[in-house]
Amino acid sequence: MSELQKRQIQLEVLRYNPETDTAPRYQTYSVPCLDEWVVLDALNYVKDHLDPTLSYRWSCHMAVCGSCGMMVNGEPKLACKAFIHEYADQIKVEPMANFPIERDLVTSVEDFITKLASVKPYLIPKEDKPISAGEFKQTPAELKKFKQYTLCINCMLCYAACPQYGLVPEFLGPAAISMAHRYNQDSRDGGRDQRQEVVASNEGVWECSFVGACSEVCPKHVDPAGALQQVKVASTIDWYKEHLMPWVTK
Amino acid sequence: MSGKPYIREISKTTWFLSQPRYKRYMAREVTCIFIFAYTFLLIVALARLAQGPEAFQEFLNALRSPLGVLFNVAVLIATVYHSMSWFNVTPQAMPIQRGEEFVPGKIIVGAHYGAWAVVSLIILILGV
Repeated sequence: MSELQKRQIQLEVLRYNPETDTAPRYQTYSVPCLDEWVVLDALNYVKDHLDPTLSYRWSCHMAVCGSCGMMVNGEPKLACKAFIHEYADQIKVEPMANFPIERDLVTSVEDFITKLASVKPYLIPKEDKPISAGEFKQTPAELKKFKQYTLCINCMLCYAACPQYGLVPEFLGPAAISMAHRYNQDSRDGGRDQRQEVVASNEGVWECSFVGACSEVCPKHVDPAGALQQVKVASTIDWYKEHLMPWVTK
Repeated sequence: MSGKPYIREISKTTWFLSQPRYKRYMAREVTCIFIFAYTFLLIVALARLAQGPEAFQEFLNALRSPLGVLFNVAVLIATVYHSMSWFNVTPQAMPIQRGEEFVPGKIIVGAHYGAWAVVSLIILILGV
């Protein structure tokens, strides 16, 4: 450890204990960090050496599990992908914005889970076929059409960045609608009509005003904002078809 | 969920001041007011035209006044900003897939700027 460069970082953490606190409060920890560290390493140092009561979620430490989303200097980040060397000596860490705080950096994510389930984020085949009939084949071009949306890790940073979700909590939100779009775009899927009931509702895609913050903070470059605009275009075409050309089936 | 989750309130009036990207978004949205104002001006122009040549000349004189010129310059700046902010996000809303690859975003954005230039040129030629 001594060969690597050390820096003393003041880690200002928003803490909240539902059993004793009426409101969150900041607590600052002085952490000897290596420049190669990420914010999650600094939090682990606090937990291991300074304050075992600090609560936060993490698992993979490699931007795959999507557990360690939090606000780092006011920006939605995965703590495992926020490198210490990109920050000054004072770093402010808060729970993800727009979510209720459960305890310290742990937020309540039930709302997102419910919304994600509501868009039926799984393949709904156009027609049933027996396993003996073989697999559903797909060309590389058909795969490319939706591949980027499959990279979503459900980290919810897009919800923490979305001011619309903050102001209108009923909004279905970026990740859930992107996931609906992912399956709608899949050549093997036939469930779009079922998803549209939720996705094309007032609390669905039309609540989005294209701030674009979701795509800017997405750690996996899913571009949820793009998905939502494409859903709007498709839903608008549906409306025109239904009202101007009712004889044309969708 | 625990018995007492803490909900942080968001200001309904000042939320966009908290992030530069929210300010950019508001700038895009607010600049459309100038486009609305100019549309209103065109309706006024039609009304004045319907009132006869003298009324229309009065309207044109008002446009040439310092205040009229200032208004037009402000609208032009706001409209250019508004249009550019939308052109730059078109690849997200209208991706074009050819075979296994998506057409690069800068080509889609460039096509919008190109179409804008052509339409502007036609209007300029017709106007002169």
